[in-house]
Amino acid sequence: MSGASRRARAWLVLLGLVYASILFAGFIAPYSPDEQNRSAPFTAPTRLHFVEANGRVHLRPFVYRLVNRPGTFDEYDEDRTRPLPVRFFVRGAPYSIAGVRGDRHLFGVEEPAKIFLFGSDQFGRDVFSRLLFGAKISLVAGVLAAALALGLGLALGSLAGFYGGWTDDAVMRIAELFLALPWLYLLFAVRSMLPLHIDPARAFLLLVTVIGVVGWARPARLIRGMVLSAKHRDHVLAARAFGATDLYLLRRHVLPQTAGVVLTQLALLVPRYILAEVTLSFFGLGVTEPVPSWGNMLAAVQRYEVLTSYWWMFLPGIALGPVFLLYYALADAFQQELAHQSS
Amino acid sequence: MSSRFVRSLAAAWLLVVAMGASRALVASAPAAEELLVSRAEVGRQGGQLVINQRSEPKTLNPLTALDAVSGEVIKNTIADLIHVNRETQQTEPALAKSWTMSPDGRRYTLTLRRDLRFSDGHPFDADDVVFSFRVRLDEKTRSPQRDQLIVGGQPVSVRKLDQYRVQFDFAEARAAAERLFEGIAIVPQHLLERPYAEGRLAEAWNLTTPAAQMAGLGPFRFKEYLPGERIVLERNPYYWKADRAGTRLPYLDRLVFMFVTSEDAQAMRFQTGEADIASNMSAANFGVLAKSEPTAPYKLYDLGAGFNYSFLFFNLNDLSKTTLSETARKQSWFRQVAFRQAISAAVDRDAIVRLVYRGRATPIWGHVPPGNKLWINRAIPQPGRSIDRARQLLRSAGFSWKPDGTLVDDRGERVQFTIVTNSSNAERVQMATIIQDDLKQVGIAVQVVTLELRALLDRLLKTHDYEACVLGLGSPDGNPNAEMNVWLSSGATHLWNPEQKSPATPWEAEIDTLMRRQLMTLDPAARKRLYDQVQELVAQNLPLIFLVSPNVLVGANKGLGNFRPAVLDHHTLWNVEELFWRQKRSSGTP
Repeated sequence: MSGASRRARAWLVLLGLVYASILFAGFIAPYSPDEQNRSAPFTAPTRLHFVEANGRVHLRPFVYRLVNRPGTFDEYDEDRTRPLPVRFFVRGAPYSIAGVRGDRHLFGVEEPAKIFLFGSDQFGRDVFSRLLFGAKISLVAGVLAAALALGLGLALGSLAGFYGGWTDDAVMRIAELFLALPWLYLLFAVRSMLPLHIDPARAFLLLVTVIGVVGWARPARLIRGMVLSAKHRDHVLAARAFGATDLYLLRRHVLPQTAGVVLTQLALLVPRYILAEVTLSFFGLGVTEPVPSWGNMLAAVQRYEVLTSYWWMFLPGIALGPVFLLYYALADAFQQELAHQSS
Repeated sequence: MSSRFVRSLAAAWLLVVAMGASRALVASAPAAEELLVSRAEVGRQGGQLVINQRSEPKTLNPLTALDAVSGEVIKNTIADLIHVNRETQQTEPALAKSWTMSPDGRRYTLTLRRDLRFSDGHPFDADDVVFSFRVRLDEKTRSPQRDQLIVGGQPVSVRKLDQYRVQFDFAEARAAAERLFEGIAIVPQHLLERPYAEGRLAEAWNLTTPAAQMAGLGPFRFKEYLPGERIVLERNPYYWKADRAGTRLPYLDRLVFMFVTSEDAQAMRFQTGEADIASNMSAANFGVLAKSEPTAPYKLYDLGAGFNYSFLFFNLNDLSKTTLSETARKQSWFRQVAFRQAISAAVDRDAIVRLVYRGRATPIWGHVPPGNKLWINRAIPQPGRSIDRARQLLRSAGFSWKPDGTLVDDRGERVQFTIVTNSSNAERVQMATIIQDDLKQVGIAVQVVTLELRALLDRLLKTHDYEACVLGLGSPDGNPNAEMNVWLSSGATHLWNPEQKSPATPWEAEIDTLMRRQLMTLDPAARKRLYDQVQELVAQNLPLIFLVSPNVLVGANKGLGNFRPAVLDHHTLWNVEELFWRQKRSSGTP
């Protein structure tokens, strides 16, 4: 196993962990993402304590209940009279993971205290829980849209490359048209033509479809090039001479050659499309409240007061960083592996 | 001597004569001019005021301006005959120094101040007044103020008695009739007569008109306009007010309106001192600016409850002739008073006040906000939030709950609807998000959709393609007459079902009668009783489900003298002629 493929495997495992946490969001998140705590708007991330005010040391971390300072909107004092230990596998809001219902959460604290690891938003909703549930939308939308774009690109690109002639011309001219379009504005235009009131699940699917369909041109061009060079290879020509059908040739000899490129493209496109979803939701064209997505969570940061006063509201934006790095590192490893194989 | 020299000499002589003459005019003017003496603190002259303007004015013509933004600029260049003092909320003399009313209340005789001049130096008299009213009453002008001048179905009749006296006759007695003159700017006949005669009034006085072709009686006059950047007004040297020391007002040399579209950017510019005044601040930005107030060069003012109110309402239009069958089906819920009452009971107004307005708002249950102390009906019940009561009301109206808690109607259909609001107003979006969560607790699924304001108004007033909406209204001077077109069933802003041919419900018919009666009642106490009844009917039937009335939040540079913000519009610039800088400021023209 080459170094590059070992690295690729490591990045894949890490990405797997990220997606697993999304799958188990209901379990890991201490609260439901749309649960409002109207007495606790914009609380800073909850502080975990080990030492009480009177000097008593606890092994298990604990929190204090936050009390709104009278006359203020977003200032809080800790109620130091009673430490409330962090507990694991506590009962809380019901959720379902892949159809299995549950109400146990990885961690939590006793009411009336709340544990907001990443603070709370304007309606007192837990940013940490929303970040996990929001990832369910944003990160999955990226993968699905990339798969759709690649699938379309693969089909149309190989069609163009394999048959050449007017098919090639037609497909490639359309691809150029799509490439020339400013995609962000196109997404706006397409989204604004769709009906206004659609439920969040349908909005999500529409979003994925729109992003994916708009993005097919670039992978199609790459794949066409690969197919074009592959179909003139000696073994392909030989197979054709033996009477192999087009479909057989494509399936057996041509498309496998593109596998490396497809994987690399996938790793490059996913973060791009995650960003596309975030951008659309940021502008209010994606998934709507109260369902969280990283984009509509970040939309709050557009407001001057949030920008200046509540740093934890940036966390969905910061979370994009590591996810993107993982994908790009993976793409890099794939590419090196590809170079290694061809040399 | 060459003939050219003679000509230039003659020209020079003419110039000297002209200058001498004008100097003589200015020098002799104060003796005869009947100036109004301001009782405000005596200030010092000079300096400029930089003001954030949310968008560019469309016109500078006070006769045809429709939009509020144009009005905000124009207000500083015009004067009216009788003015509503924004501080006392009472009428006071302006261009008319006094007036008398006939015993039957149908005839007003106004006496004008003598020897006043427009901002171009041309004298002002009764002809300008008659012209200003005649032009507005002409339907071809399409003046938005025409309706204001129709009393008892007839246009006001205006007659010049002599150079400084004008007589107004109304077809019927009208309550608070002198308020009718508020905001009716007197325009110069000598400049607008020709455009009017030629039918070009709408194009006259736009943003590209040279400053010399425009004039008004306001404290400032137009100087320059830079598209996309700013509009500058300069001091009117002929303004008709003076301070107690005899100095002619206004004190400021220039008003600079900078075009800053976003509310956040406006707050930032005010915070950094690039703008001297902040009007209509959001509670959120007020909070941000308050944090740095102790060390900042500005002072913030929370003026308390204002005249604006926010509400949720349902589409009660007749949709039988449209293709909106789904909405029409849902109207069987919306039309039930018990349904609307249940929604009202389920909404957490206190949470809206706290989370959306940071405590700088008042929960309301009727359409007259608490800022309107003269007219509010304090007997309107103010029930607290009660999910139990909401459930009772829904059950009594035939609704029931499925085992999973979702609300269904008597046909078994799930109760769900969409609330639209305008995306540019963060507070309305947040209110809708709170209502969404409130109604989830009674099993109603709500979706919130935000739209650009123009698209939203199109849906509300034209296509009627919406289910529910969160919106706000404001009363310009707190007087019920100004809200006629909201409460009359034939009104264009009768939001839930505008421009009805005949009242759709008995209570709307009753409100129509009461509103028309209060308009013709001269006794203030009797008028108040009639309007109290209107408020009761509205609160019982809840065509609008009232939410909160936000406080008026403004700010100004600490160095600004005579700054006395008012809850009435325009909150900060209503006494712009009295504003002055306590210290000389080094800022040049931006």
